Amino acid sequence: MSWLITNLWLIPAIPLAISLVILSLAKSRRKSAAALAIVGQVIALAFAIFAFLPTLQTPGFRAVQNFTWFTFGEQALRIGWVLDPLAAAMMMMIALVGLCIFIFSVGYMADDKNFTRFFAYLSFFCGAMLGVVIANSLLLLFIFWELVGLASYLLIGFWIERPSAAAAAKKAFITTRIGDMGFFLGILWLYHSSGTLLFYDEGKGCLESAGLAMLGASATFVALLIFCGAAGKSGQFPLHVWLPDAMEGPTPVSALIHAATMVAAGVFLVARVYPLFSLGAIDGVTPSLTVVVWIGVTTALMAALIAIAQADIKRILAYSTVSQLGLMMVSLGVGGVAAGIMHLLAHGFFKALLFLGAGSVIHGCHHEQDIRKMGGLRRLMPVTFLTYAVGMMALSGVPLFFSGGSTKEEILHAAARWPASRLPYYLLLMGVILTALYMTRQIIYVFFGNRRAGSLHAHESPRVMTMPLIVLALCAIFFSAVLTPAWSWLHGYLTGERVHSEISRLIQPMLFVSLALVGAGVGLGVWMYRKAGMQDRDRAPETDPLEYAQPALFRFLENRMWLDEFYDRTVIAFATICARVSDWMDRNVWDGLVRGFGDVGELFGIFTSNVDERGINAGVDETTAGTRGLGRLMSAAHSGQIQTYLGVVAIGMLVLLLFYAWLA
Amino acid sequence: MTLTLQLFLIVSAALFCIGLLAALSRRHAIFILIGIEMMLAAANLNFIAFWRFSPEPRQPAGVMIAIFAIAIAAAEAAVGLALVISVYRHYRTTNVDQLDQLKG
Amino acid sequence: MNGVAFIVIAILTLAAALAAATLQKLMHAALSFAVTFVGIAAFFFLLGAEFVGLVQVFVYIGAVAVLIVFTILLTRRDVEKDRGFNWSGVVVAIAVFGGLISAIFKTQSVSVAAPAIPALTVKRIGEVLMTNYVWPLQCVGLLLTAALIGALILVMEEKG
Repeated sequence: MSWLITNLWLIPAIPLAISLVILSLAKSRRKSAAALAIVGQVIALAFAIFAFLPTLQTPGFRAVQNFTWFTFGEQALRIGWVLDPLAAAMMMMIALVGLCIFIFSVGYMADDKNFTRFFAYLSFFCGAMLGVVIANSLLLLFIFWELVGLASYLLIGFWIERPSAAAAAKKAFITTRIGDMGFFLGILWLYHSSGTLLFYDEGKGCLESAGLAMLGASATFVALLIFCGAAGKSGQFPLHVWLPDAMEGPTPVSALIHAATMVAAGVFLVARVYPLFSLGAIDGVTPSLTVVVWIGVTTALMAALIAIAQADIKRILAYSTVSQLGLMMVSLGVGGVAAGIMHLLAHGFFKALLFLGAGSVIHGCHHEQDIRKMGGLRRLMPVTFLTYAVGMMALSGVPLFFSGGSTKEEILHAAARWPASRLPYYLLLMGVILTALYMTRQIIYVFFGNRRAGSLHAHESPRVMTMPLIVLALCAIFFSAVLTPAWSWLHGYLTGERVHSEISRLIQPMLFVSLALVGAGVGLGVWMYRKAGMQDRDRAPETDPLEYAQPALFRFLENRMWLDEFYDRTVIAFATICARVSDWMDRNVWDGLVRGFGDVGELFGIFTSNVDERGINAGVDETTAGTRGLGRLMSAAHSGQIQTYLGVVAIGMLVLLLFYAWLA
Repeated sequence: MTLTLQLFLIVSAALFCIGLLAALSRRHAIFILIGIEMMLAAANLNFIAFWRFSPEPRQPAGVMIAIFAIAIAAAEAAVGLALVISVYRHYRTTNVDQLDQLKG
Repeated sequence: MNGVAFIVIAILTLAAALAAATLQKLMHAALSFAVTFVGIAAFFFLLGAEFVGLVQVFVYIGAVAVLIVFTILLTRRDVEKDRGFNWSGVVVAIAVFGGLISAIFKTQSVSVAAPAIPALTVKRIGEVLMTNYVWPLQCVGLLLTAALIGALILVMEEKG
């Protein structure tokens, strides 16, 4: 077992290493790339199962491995990894969902030129995500967090020749970066206050009592700063704008990253550092948790409303993801940590299922994505339809047999019991109805009714794509077994409490509430959209019934509540102004300064060159001229006239004579 | 009138200077030689004058010097004149102003 | 010594020298040059150095002056006169004369009268030449030989 703990780092390392290997392969070696990636993922899954087993034995299991990364002066920076129920469950979900999606991608990306690069990036992403969940140090978690962001950027913008994809990747990266800034400030503050970034370190970790005591009141601010990062990655309002645009990436990417795993990282982060949030809780309520709840509920409701008016099959699912993430945040905020994580795990499975199903539909309809142009696929793509229906029911929250329902019940339970306010509970109830509504709308548009333009020549997808769908659908159903109130094994596993099964607990008031809500939602959807896609009185087939009934409302929702445009006018405009000012400064001020220095240098050069030419050269020239002149003068004495010579000799002799006569 | 050495010296000085004059101021190359010969003769005169007025015991050295000087003067005159002829043959002129090849 | 003789000879010599220095016609100048040497020889006789005087006559007048005349003849080219006179030479000569005169007058020891001397015989000169002055004699002989050969070579016309 200790071998497991010391080598836990292999779980993220193997996919990361494999991604590097795949990158070095040639583009033509597609089978090798896919095989390598899948093998790596299988190894990671095997390892994750192997790591999962010990955590089942003891409740509240936690094994930690820390070591010193480097020392600077007196202080040492320590990092490490941790294995506890939260990490183990997340690893299982990531590995299993990842494996299904890898297999699906073999079929979906079969026509793509950059097949090998895709698998390299997918493998890289899985490695980074696994690193996030096992990190015991906030710094290590942040490092992998950034790697996950990088992988997301690479994958969203995978089709590099599409400008819209590049813009979407950029938007995702920058929006999450804004959140990450807050996250990093939180890390710095935490390190400054408590002196350690390790979560669990034999009592000295920042999530353990000693570390928390050192934080005191600053825990709220640290928690809120960390929540900034979580809000960015998990698409909470107001940083949700990147998620729908991220649908520009291939569908497997949307399934893996924006349904199951990366967006879950934010929720996971909040759960991981929950002690920071809940420090000093009165009745389970703290300021930071309250913020989380309100942001979550706003996100949940807003996204669900927008989803009703979207026409792109993947966008509906994207907004659905945003809404569900908001739901999970609410759950964490009101104290239902286990419930929130359970919903996260369940959501991972069925959202991946839904996205892959959507991918199958898109593939079958020859890359048509508008639901108004589909229809009647129920008979043409039966496997897809059935698995999609399972996913839809799980998402809508049909209780008992479908995982999403049980977890939603738990969340509603926890929200109802929140001491601070009952409003989130009521809003969530509305959210449940809306969820059922938009999913019903989508199913009716896509699978029921007459065949429209896109689905005329549709065909079922190949086995390599439908198998993962079936696997995930089965997971979605059987997962509910461990989630039901009758045997809330997962709840016990996550919280470390002992539970025992009791069938009687199956029937409780919340069950009826859930049934009622889901029924209402589905019924409303069926009634509203029964004639969707068909001519109905004066409404054209392409017009949405809601659009017909309430055009203004529909426009508002269809345009995503004009939030992107709002950001454009404010934040982006401000950034553009800053950029222009900086550019002007750079061009004129700094460049001017540099040019000024250059001019000074040039002046100096002119000065020295003048000194050299006029002064030194002239001096030398003058000297040489003088010497030459003197020479000429002297040579004038050599006239060649012998009589002159003789005369000079005579004069010399005379001088000597006088010298001797007078002086000697 | 008593002849003093001074008188002889004055005469020889005058002769010397006339020889110098001849050497310096005439254009013809021959005259330089003439002037030199005159100067040599003046020097000879000086030697003999000093020899004559020297106290006892008198050495014959003055006379000897004069004899040797005459011999040398003759040799030098011969060579000099040969030079003048040779130069005349080459440059077809005896005007020393034109014989300035050593200029510079 | 006779003062009158001295003055006459002096005038003769100096006049002839001046003539040699200043006459324009070459021949005349050469011949007065010869007369100058006659005067100098007379001076030697006056001073009691008869041998030297005679040697002077032989060598200078007999050889040097004649040589000069011959050279003038050989380098004539139908030019009989020597044109042009350089006056700066006169200045230099006068300056030198002035210097010499002043030096002479300054010296006290030269204003002495002529002492009586025994005559210097040729025999005596011969003796001295062969004993004390034998080396200079040989050297002069060598010198004369060299001068002879040198003069010949200088004047020799190149064959062919």
